[in-house]
Amino acid sequence: MSSASLNVEIRRIRDLAPGIREFSLSRTDGDDFPIYSGGSHIVLSLPLSDRPHRNPYSLLGDPTDRKTWRVAVRKQEDSRGGSRWLHEQAREGMRIDISAPVNLFSLNRLGRRHILVAGGIGITPILSQARELARLGADFEVHYAYRAPEYGVFVDELEALAPGRIHHYVQSRREQIEFSSLLAGRPLGTHFYICGPGGMVAASMNAGKALGWPESHLHSEQFLAPTGGEPFDVQLTLSGKAFTVPSDLSLLEAIEQQGVDAPYLCRGGACGQCELEVVDASGELIHHDLYLSAEERASGKKIMPCVSRLKGGCLTLNL
Amino acid sequence: MTIAFKPDETFRGTYTYRNSPQAIKRFPFPFHQDQYMYSVNMEPHTKGPEGSVFENAFDIDEHYIAEMRDRAITLERDPGRCVSLPHMMDAEWDTLELIMESLSRDYPELFTLTKDGERWHWVNKPLGIDQTFTFGDAATLPCPPFEYIGRQCQGDFVIMDQRDNNLFADSGMITSQADWSLMFDAGMSFMEWHGPVPLAHELGVFDRALKYLLMLQQSRPVRRLNWTMTINPRLDTSPETYPEWGPDRASVTPDNVGDKVHLRVELQALFRLPRSNGMLFSIRGYLASMNDLATHPRWAKRFHRVLSTLPNELAEYKGLVRYKPTTIEWLSKFDDGEVLPGGTQP
Repeated sequence: MSSASLNVEIRRIRDLAPGIREFSLSRTDGDDFPIYSGGSHIVLSLPLSDRPHRNPYSLLGDPTDRKTWRVAVRKQEDSRGGSRWLHEQAREGMRIDISAPVNLFSLNRLGRRHILVAGGIGITPILSQARELARLGADFEVHYAYRAPEYGVFVDELEALAPGRIHHYVQSRREQIEFSSLLAGRPLGTHFYICGPGGMVAASMNAGKALGWPESHLHSEQFLAPTGGEPFDVQLTLSGKAFTVPSDLSLLEAIEQQGVDAPYLCRGGACGQCELEVVDASGELIHHDLYLSAEERASGKKIMPCVSRLKGGCLTLNL
Repeated sequence: MTIAFKPDETFRGTYTYRNSPQAIKRFPFPFHQDQYMYSVNMEPHTKGPEGSVFENAFDIDEHYIAEMRDRAITLERDPGRCVSLPHMMDAEWDTLELIMESLSRDYPELFTLTKDGERWHWVNKPLGIDQTFTFGDAATLPCPPFEYIGRQCQGDFVIMDQRDNNLFADSGMITSQADWSLMFDAGMSFMEWHGPVPLAHELGVFDRALKYLLMLQQSRPVRRLNWTMTINPRLDTSPETYPEWGPDRASVTPDNVGDKVHLRVELQALFRLPRSNGMLFSIRGYLASMNDLATHPRWAKRFHRVLSTLPNELAEYKGLVRYKPTTIEWLSKFDDGEVLPGGTQP
């Protein structure tokens, strides 16, 4: 099952900060967008030269705005083309396909208080969560860490949503979030949500667990970009295809290039939808995803082709 | 398509419910093969053939008016058949929106919805309802939004909240259930409310189904069929009213099987809800008497074989043990042993 798609026009591009651009999208068929819930993302299909390139981005605007959807994109220095295309090639008026929204980072509606934490461009899902909490009249606060004052994108929109409840941590001023104090002494029923760089997410989760927070109250979202790597061979048992995954394609992209319809949703190692069964692997499985458990990895029977690869040899998949 | 409603038929007492030949023809007979076993038999809930029960997201048929009256009777007797926890208000509005938009799109001659911003105007011609209200403001409707729309759409409904990688049945409008209790299951997780189902847990059916459902996308609903049997065309076979219908199981004789014994098929569909990220679970029931089935010889043969080979655990769970032998005997006269190809067609 691949994702349902909508065709949209890039209506407006705004440079928000060095290396951060915002894109406003509207449907080309003139219909309204569906409503979405805070924390949802979409997948953009970008018209790079010779192959489909699909990247997930969080929707950051007002979830009830049915005319315009907004995403913000940070240019990745090691980009394989997606964010670079959006920063260098994308122009207002261009048309692209996007997926329907999916939420892997939803609010817990039983929460009595919500602590939202953003690191850098991780502000995007946090912003739509904050909008939803403000609409519901819920009790929440936002902690937003960024590199330098000019990188604090969307701070005005945040302040308007929750005056006095937005806390800033500016790295260039040597300010940083101390998770062990942020998470200490919180009443039962508090939920914690974080989107940001891997190290920051891990530090917050460790602090929460050390303080005795239940895992069900600690929510995080990270999307991984496929990293590329050494080429390796693949055989598909059901479709009978045999091919080589080049160093600059993910396994999932290489499968799609063969014309094989493989399932996917987030394309960032988070959702689990693209899981494939490994029949045989003559080489080491390099798991990059956030989905498989340690036991599943150890079993060597599963792989998430959106971000994971094989080191050397040949990978045989039941597809 | 015009629907000839049968507003006066009853699902209790006099039991005057009957299917027209057209209704029998579109009955969602669920058995592809001569033997039945559980599976994760979910498929996309996409628009099916014209006239079939799969044509529209929410199927309205000739029993609509009578079923809605039967629902009102059950709710009057037992208001606890409609339950919704406070954190589900967004999901209630999601459900109202989904059903109103679907019905007015799919049955424009029966239902109309006009919107002026948040000011909505809803007309339900079969039930004679004309309502203007403000979307999002429950005070502008005569009852909460989920109950309001649930009283106007065939099928039972559960709304599930998604949290902790699980689904919780936190709202429900249940007046035609096959012997399960909303009051008992409300607030339970997916695994908890499927706890009593035999055999399927060992097959891993529910683990796989839950994993699949957690990733269900907006505008990509899925469906499956489930089935059981009911004596008399009764909608309200709930545990709470068991004394009223349980003894009927002992009333089946070789002479009345054709009229009394019904195959009950549930078209179950699941929809991702947009604002709440919850999930609507619709359970649309269809009843066909054994006489109805026998008008299509393939169905009578097939069902004879399915019942004859049904594992005892499943017969026990579905509550058919008592009248199963009589029904198999009655069906046997239609079964000449012809080898039937796969498929559910009449």
